[in-house]
Amino acid sequence: MTFAMVPYMVVFLIFVVGLYAIVAKRNLIKVVVGLLILDYAANLLLVLVGYRTPAEGAPVAPILVGGAGKAADLAARAVDPLPQALVLTSIVIGLSVTALVVALAIRLYEKYGTFDTERMRNLKG
Amino acid sequence: MDQVVPLLVAIPLAGGFLIPVIGRLTKSHRATAVLPIAMACGLLVIAVSLLARPDETIVYWVGGWTFPIGISLVADGLSKLVVLIIAVVSLLALLFSLEYMTRYTSPGLYYGLFMLMVAGMNGVVISGDIFNIFVFLEIAGIASYALVAYGTEADELEASFKYLVLSAIASAFILLGIAFVYNVTGHLNWAKIAEVIRMGGGLTMPLYVAAAFFIMGFGLKAAMVPFHAWLPDAHPSAPAPISAMLSGVLIKACGVYVLCRLTFSVLGNHQTFGAVLVVLGTLSMVLGALMAIGQGDLKRLLAYSSISQVGYVVLAVGAGLVGLGLAKDSEPLAAAAQLAVFGGLFHLVNHAVFKSLLFLCSGSIEYATGSRRLDQLSGLGKRMPVTGWTLRVGALAISGVPPFGGFWSKLVIIVALTQMAALGHWAFYIPTALAVATAVVTLVYYAKVQRSVLGGEPSEASGRAREVPFAMCLASVLLAVLCLASALIVLPSVRARLVDPAVRVLSAGAGSTAESATVRAASGDGEVSTPAAAQVAAKEGMTP
Repeated sequence: MTFAMVPYMVVFLIFVVGLYAIVAKRNLIKVVVGLLILDYAANLLLVLVGYRTPAEGAPVAPILVGGAGKAADLAARAVDPLPQALVLTSIVIGLSVTALVVALAIRLYEKYGTFDTERMRNLKG
Repeated sequence: MDQVVPLLVAIPLAGGFLIPVIGRLTKSHRATAVLPIAMACGLLVIAVSLLARPDETIVYWVGGWTFPIGISLVADGLSKLVVLIIAVVSLLALLFSLEYMTRYTSPGLYYGLFMLMVAGMNGVVISGDIFNIFVFLEIAGIASYALVAYGTEADELEASFKYLVLSAIASAFILLGIAFVYNVTGHLNWAKIAEVIRMGGGLTMPLYVAAAFFIMGFGLKAAMVPFHAWLPDAHPSAPAPISAMLSGVLIKACGVYVLCRLTFSVLGNHQTFGAVLVVLGTLSMVLGALMAIGQGDLKRLLAYSSISQVGYVVLAVGAGLVGLGLAKDSEPLAAAAQLAVFGGLFHLVNHAVFKSLLFLCSGSIEYATGSRRLDQLSGLGKRMPVTGWTLRVGALAISGVPPFGGFWSKLVIIVALTQMAALGHWAFYIPTALAVATAVVTLVYYAKVQRSVLGGEPSEASGRAREVPFAMCLASVLLAVLCLASALIVLPSVRARLVDPAVRVLSAGAGSTAESATVRAASGDGEVSTPAAAQVAAKEGMTP
């Protein structure tokens, strides 16, 4: 395993932490936090996929500065912009899902007076 | 003609914003319902008009940008079939809501979310690239979480929370899969991914991982058995028309459809993924039916039965996938595989019709009696004749009693599986036998529903029941007629128009779809450019 693999391993670790929080935690808010962590791991992987190491020089953001003359240099060094666009979309989706899930958690708290999932399992599984 | 394809998403999306505003202004339930019903009629007209040329693949590039920067919307045979199912069921569910939802508050929000869900489902079905499928999946998902929680009682909120959390895990897996696929192939377009995989000499390890993520994610959305835990809570908790939409179309558009598209048209290795689908389908079919027997709640029983019936669809489609993979030089096996795919899609259509009908009937019964417990209901056959008869039709159709559509689709599935087994693939005798046994179990538990709900003397809860209002009856009766009419799909002329184009799209196989031909044309590789040529390409793929 090379040094370049480390970020991917970290992403995997974050993903597993998120899954663990969702599966093992009894507090609704902790489950919501687990969902957020899960989302971040997926987003982070997408950004990593778009990263690349150019043949010379450091990678730059995919923004064209200094007119068309710099385009060839940008093409040689810029990271892939598409995954970044995807991540922006994914973050917006994550925001709306989080807003809804927090609203549900608050309504559940109003019904039961607790966030503990053990005390609200009146649904048959 | 191409220009109508984006309207399938644009019309309901506009409705999602306009209807809550109208609902705020008018305060009247009926006035709010006018616009969504008009929009659903419009979607139905578009869906039917797309069937005029069933084999043509329509590719629409959003904003006029073509490959590689553009986003494509693709309507091929399979998309057209699913779009038609969505349009029919959503129109009838809206008709039913006209009376049923008067007991709930804020109709504007309800209809707005409903149209948002329709927009999401239509979007999933006509997206030409994998990331837009994810986006539309989330749109449909968010609308459906909110609709499941619409009653805002403890049960509804809990079911919605569970559904949301499991569904969000599925979405995270799908997003990981997308990242893997993009990293390996450098494309997000279905057709391009398929082409890269085919040209690059098949599947590599990262693609297998991505495929596993996708099958898990979309399997969860389709409520396949190891991932089914959310469905028996979520579907019964929603208002009845929403249950009909969720069970009737959402799990198919967001789960089964994407699984089919992914395994048939994108991933090349037919046998492996086909075998996975066969196992998942068989498990769902058997366990769903077994769990349905013991249920005392009518809607919960229907929800478990949905798992079982979608299992039939996935089993048949998976068997078709295995067959197509093995049938490199065997003509009869290819024919049997195509018959299996046809049976699966036929059953998908049938299930959309009769499960929507059954959920609407359960809604009528709850509306009239205030209960959906099987032990509290009896003798409703006399008190509510229309609902009683439509419930009987739905129950007979789902149990596979002739002459309803459900009988024919199950027959086709079993015949196709037997043919494949007889051609030397002995393992197929196991799912065949289980499919027959499950059909009998289904008949048993629906006989129990009919006897306890409709037969006997009216109980305390049923004694006060009166027949439900006209709009609800009309929706149920129309669906009951469709249960009978869907049997016509076995006729060659109807079949050629409705289901065969979808079968051709699927059996054309990876990388040789009409869609990829169109993308190639748009990207300047210029092999084929006309829909007719794309059709030829699709047919060549069909008979290797």
